[in-house]
Amino acid sequence: MSTNYQLKRADFIFKDENDWEEVLKNNINRPPNELINELISSELKGRGGAGFPTGLKWKISAEEVNDVKYVICNADEGEPGTFKDREILSKVPFKVLTAIAICGHVIGAKIGFIYLRGEYFFLQPELNKAINEFEYYCREIKFDFSIKIFMGSGAYICGEETALFESMEGKRGEPRNKPPFPSAFGYMGKPTVINNVETLAHTYTIFKYGSKRFYDLGVQYSRGSKLFSVSGDTPKPGIYELELGMSLADFVDEFGDDDTKAVQVGGASGFLVPRKRFSETNIGFQGKLVGISLPTGGSMMLFNSSRSMFNVLDNYLNFFAEESCGQCTPCRVGCQQLLRGIKAVKRGEKNAQYLDKMLKLAETMQFTAKCGLGQSVANSFSSIVENFREEMIY
Amino acid sequence: MGKKIKITINGETVEIVKGTSILEAANQAGVIIPTLCYHKDLCVAGNCRVCVVEIAGQKRLAPACATPCDEGMDVLTNTLKVRNSRKHIIELLLSEHNADCTNCYKNGGCELQKLASEYKIMNQDFIHLVPFRNYTIDMFSPSIIKDDSKCIRCQRCVRTCAELQGVNALTMSYKGEHAKITTFFEKAMNDVVCTNCGQCINHCPTGALVEKNYIEEVWSAISDKTKYVVVQTAPAVRVGLGEELGFEPGARVTGKMVAALKRLGFDAVMDTDFTADLTIMEEGTELLTRLKGALVDKNPDIKLPMATSCSPGWIKFIEHMYPSLLDHLSSCKSPQQMFGALVKTYYAKARNIDPEKIVSVSIMPCTAKKFEAARPEMHDSGYRDVDYVLTTRELAIMIKQAGIDFMKLKDAHYDRLMGESTGAGVIFGATGGVMEAALRTAYELVTGRDVPFENLKILPVRGMEGVKEASIKIENPLEKWSFLDGVELNCAIAHGLVNAKKVMDSIVAGTSHYHFIEFMACPGGCLGGGGQPIPTNPEIRARRTEAIYAEDEGMPMRKSHLNPEITKIYKDFLIAPLGDRRINKINTKYTPRKRY
Repeated sequence: MSTNYQLKRADFIFKDENDWEEVLKNNINRPPNELINELISSELKGRGGAGFPTGLKWKISAEEVNDVKYVICNADEGEPGTFKDREILSKVPFKVLTAIAICGHVIGAKIGFIYLRGEYFFLQPELNKAINEFEYYCREIKFDFSIKIFMGSGAYICGEETALFESMEGKRGEPRNKPPFPSAFGYMGKPTVINNVETLAHTYTIFKYGSKRFYDLGVQYSRGSKLFSVSGDTPKPGIYELELGMSLADFVDEFGDDDTKAVQVGGASGFLVPRKRFSETNIGFQGKLVGISLPTGGSMMLFNSSRSMFNVLDNYLNFFAEESCGQCTPCRVGCQQLLRGIKAVKRGEKNAQYLDKMLKLAETMQFTAKCGLGQSVANSFSSIVENFREEMIY
Repeated sequence: MGKKIKITINGETVEIVKGTSILEAANQAGVIIPTLCYHKDLCVAGNCRVCVVEIAGQKRLAPACATPCDEGMDVLTNTLKVRNSRKHIIELLLSEHNADCTNCYKNGGCELQKLASEYKIMNQDFIHLVPFRNYTIDMFSPSIIKDDSKCIRCQRCVRTCAELQGVNALTMSYKGEHAKITTFFEKAMNDVVCTNCGQCINHCPTGALVEKNYIEEVWSAISDKTKYVVVQTAPAVRVGLGEELGFEPGARVTGKMVAALKRLGFDAVMDTDFTADLTIMEEGTELLTRLKGALVDKNPDIKLPMATSCSPGWIKFIEHMYPSLLDHLSSCKSPQQMFGALVKTYYAKARNIDPEKIVSVSIMPCTAKKFEAARPEMHDSGYRDVDYVLTTRELAIMIKQAGIDFMKLKDAHYDRLMGESTGAGVIFGATGGVMEAALRTAYELVTGRDVPFENLKILPVRGMEGVKEASIKIENPLEKWSFLDGVELNCAIAHGLVNAKKVMDSIVAGTSHYHFIEFMACPGGCLGGGGQPIPTNPEIRARRTEAIYAEDEGMPMRKSHLNPEITKIYKDFLIAPLGDRRINKINTKYTPRKRY
């Protein structure tokens, strides 16, 4: 394990700063281009998981010509093992509201929405109070912007941006074909910026302190800090803001229980990293891990030697088989096949080579599924089956 | 035209209009890409993923149907990755599909089966998922059988029901492994807003939605020597049937069809076109009577516009969706039901046959006709007026079963008494046809002159536009109709229920000023009906339309009132249009229904 590296804690998001009025007022008086450039030079990437450069996202929508545009805060935090957005919205809602409004100013939107996860209904009263106060201030400074909460109904798939739009439009929550992308054709067919709660909270930091403060954190390609939801076999579960780029070994030294067998990085749709790969795995967008960006920002589930990786995978696959929207073939049927397949191998109804067929199927799902859900099932499936094959069989 | 761009498909450069899908570009370049959820009539769903292709430089595959071409795109449709992925997807679909093919009505006509055959899916060892489900087959509808175990969730039926018909009887519900196509609260198909139009059947790639077939019942009737089996053929059947039997779309096979029906053993082969002509006499008279009531007598109870009532899908639609406007419907039965009522009364009497022994069969391009024939009010002859309704497809099956070499058949003629028809009768099969036929007769009745269109071709009512409008000014009418002098008769034609909805909403809103409207449930009219050969698409329907109008122009008589058998039936039986004896025979009432 590395010895000369310490986890770099950061404290921006939950920092108690009662200055949102000032931040809002200052920034809505800055030209949109300047704000976009600030974001671009911060190299902030989406914290929902996909890691799309936030500045670029705003820029594309800002360049769209349309009288009606929208800003949506994606608070449909549904990834298993993630619980950071809930904390942000309950502890520092004004940072998020301010960021939504600044985004509105940048792209030319008058309305913002918070798509709130169905299970977070209890946040609604407090959040509405904050919105009222926020809108009151907007009126005071003659800034025309309003924010509404849209309650989700408990479908994981509605966290996928285009399924989220469908859901908001009163339709069945199913991902759309892309292109067109939300920046040009989003909610109600209008140019829409949709950002994760945490991403918006980071833009607050950037707009307040300037891009350099943010850029100086983290490592190349993975700038800034990030909230991690730490759960599983750990003596100190909770939410931690850490700089990106740490090695998983350091992370486990800090949060493990000295018996950590594997860490699931990025929730059910992320990757399982076994102990032997801790030191070569970095947490960030260009981690060494098979060269793929980590699908979800924040979920870190630790498993110790008492855990059966078969049960872990079984749990994930049950989740996916249930939460797939059921629209596209690879995801709808593929999830069921993977789930029933590992069970059949475990029971001896299929031989061990069937796992190889399943791995190929998972790869096909990654290549052909319509949205991120189906595409990322292969992440946990392949990383678990490849690293813990004997646990699947015996 | 949009901007032209160049892409390469499998190394060959193709020039296409920017925004064209990869699928369309490949078609233009002569590269076939398999599809399942894609259908030319419908919006792009991109959910089956069988059309995936490789785009150089991208790790993920792209659905050809849903991906627009970009300048310089390098598309590969036949790489190992593409083939393996497609094979996987077909295997996955088969694993959730009840692939008991020899037990399936769609055997031989199933798109999934065809793909499985092309890709030689033979040692498929994915776990079969059907046994884990509790599938029940919905056989409650007299028209449509829905078998979820054969459904591949492509949602073509859902899009059909929503986009073409605006009915939304079918929808996707549940998610993930439980996702399926359901009706409202999973009620039976006969218990929901379904209009039985059968467009879902025409657009279903597998055997999940098929017509309820009555082939064996009809074979039994034919072989029963004590029965006298009469068959009628709808106008659109003669321009569709050929497609099932080796002809190209648009082939006119009237004579061969009649010959085949005779060989099948029907005792009398007659024509729904005859009652189509009769419909014109009745409906035309009803229209003129309503116009007189409204314009001269100023009777507030007279409802205008008057709407046609030939299409049973449309009838069930208005019963569900606009139950308060049923008075706008013509009281005339549809040609099928007029025929049914008359065959067991007029025909039985004239031929001296006990009506109880008559089995009345109709060949229809339609599945809603099966429902219509089963309506409780359709027993005016004292018996069930039409005993069995077969679709064009079912007739083709019978012809094949009987070992008839259809191509080699010599043309035969319809039998007398109810077999004579005019060009006006045959164009009932195309959208605008009823309107055109009605105008040809009504205009002449009122003015004593031909409609003012060259060669009787009333072009404004023809064509595939969803809603068409036409106005005819009546000048110098005969004395009896002098109240119509100078009246501009405003007509509208809607086909596809989604278009019917537009017209009906304009009536409800009071923004339209029509006198007479033709409604057809299916796109293109009956020739695009839910009982017609599969596949259907705009080009095929256009071919069938051309055939219908060619049939019209080839007829010696092209106006309903000139049909000598029509003259005869009024002389011998019905007395006069809207005469007394027709009551409870060839007119009917409608039933208000709820939406759920």
